[in-house]
Amino acid sequence: MIEFLQYLGKSTRISFTKLGRGTYFLLQAISGISGVLPRPRLLINQMYSVGVLSFLIIVISGLFVGMVLGLQGYYILSDFGAEETLGVMVAASLVRELGPVVSALLFAGRAGSALTAEIGLMKATEQLAGMEMMAVDPIRRVISPRFLAGLLSMPLLAALFSAVGILGGQLVGTGLLGVDEGAYWSQMQAKLDFQDDIVNGIIKSIVFGFVTSWIALFEGYDAMPTSEGVSRATTRTVVNSAFSILGLDFILTALMFGDN
Amino acid sequence: MQHTSTQDTLVGLFVAFGIVGLFFLALQVSNLSSFVEQDSYTITANFENSGGLKVKSPVSAAGVKIGQVSAIKFDPETYQSVVQMSIDSRYNTLPDDTTASIFTAGLLGEQYVNLEPGGSDEYLKNNGKIEITQSAIILEKALGQFLFKSAEEKAEGKSE
Repeated sequence: MIEFLQYLGKSTRISFTKLGRGTYFLLQAISGISGVLPRPRLLINQMYSVGVLSFLIIVISGLFVGMVLGLQGYYILSDFGAEETLGVMVAASLVRELGPVVSALLFAGRAGSALTAEIGLMKATEQLAGMEMMAVDPIRRVISPRFLAGLLSMPLLAALFSAVGILGGQLVGTGLLGVDEGAYWSQMQAKLDFQDDIVNGIIKSIVFGFVTSWIALFEGYDAMPTSEGVSRATTRTVVNSAFSILGLDFILTALMFGDN
Repeated sequence: MQHTSTQDTLVGLFVAFGIVGLFFLALQVSNLSSFVEQDSYTITANFENSGGLKVKSPVSAAGVKIGQVSAIKFDPETYQSVVQMSIDSRYNTLPDDTTASIFTAGLLGEQYVNLEPGGSDEYLKNNGKIEITQSAIILEKALGQFLFKSAEEKAEGKSE
């Protein structure tokens, strides 16, 4: 009994200290952003590895998610004779939920895990300690550019995902299943609101980008400096990011779309 | 690491594509494009019941969209719904005896205001008012009336 209580207390203490270290790390990373702005080269390098390299997987997944939505939506809507609202269904589900959430999950898997492994390996090979020895702040030099790149790339990737998905839904809906193209677009334009749907979707993706980059960078920075530690940290990044994205998505949806 | 200028180009392409995606969502998918203020004038119409009409619902004449609903208010004196519409000023030759009715596009479609021009020589001006209106058809009401009627007919048939 005592042992169990001891274990519970220890794990609580460990998770709280980790949360504290994580928050401190986040504040340092944010305050380091001011050091990135005069040196855009650092940011562009990271935008390349975080954004450009995630581009293809996002576009292809978006296309297929949109096409599947078009197919499934058509089967259900045609039962009610409401095929014309296919565009509304595809666009609303992509812009509000699937765009931000699925692209953030893919982003966590593609870019987040890479970030953790990179930072963790830098730590394991004592590159970060070496930087400190040369009076270069590793947070400002290594972490902040990556954080900013993640924060900037995520909304762009989510917007691409939604846009490509809507085009994919149109491809299947009007090309394959014979929904009227004019109805697809006009119903969509009539039902989707810029403020309520698109801006809220972008806000979601910014929040997800923030959380995923934070988790990925912190797990890498906090990893045990061994090969096993890095592998564990990478796993934790993907798992924790997925949990946070899905949990936050519920909260954000409840806050944003509650009144209509 | 690739050559720097190639990397710059790719990052630039990525950002450009992302922004194009955002613009696509804003202009093609949502109704932002109808926010672009064209010159318009306002007319109002009182309806007994405006049904499911919403702000930004389309206003059309002969099937062509010529404007949108800009406000819907309840008039506490006449107990009517006051619908304010902004009409594109290109279409400023609507007669002042135009009829406004609320229709539904298809069975499940959205509701819209349909304007049917009359034969008067006077045109509607800014802040003009449409006198002849026809309320929205409330499906529940119509169904209720139909059910009531058929029940009545059945009862009559029995008593005879």
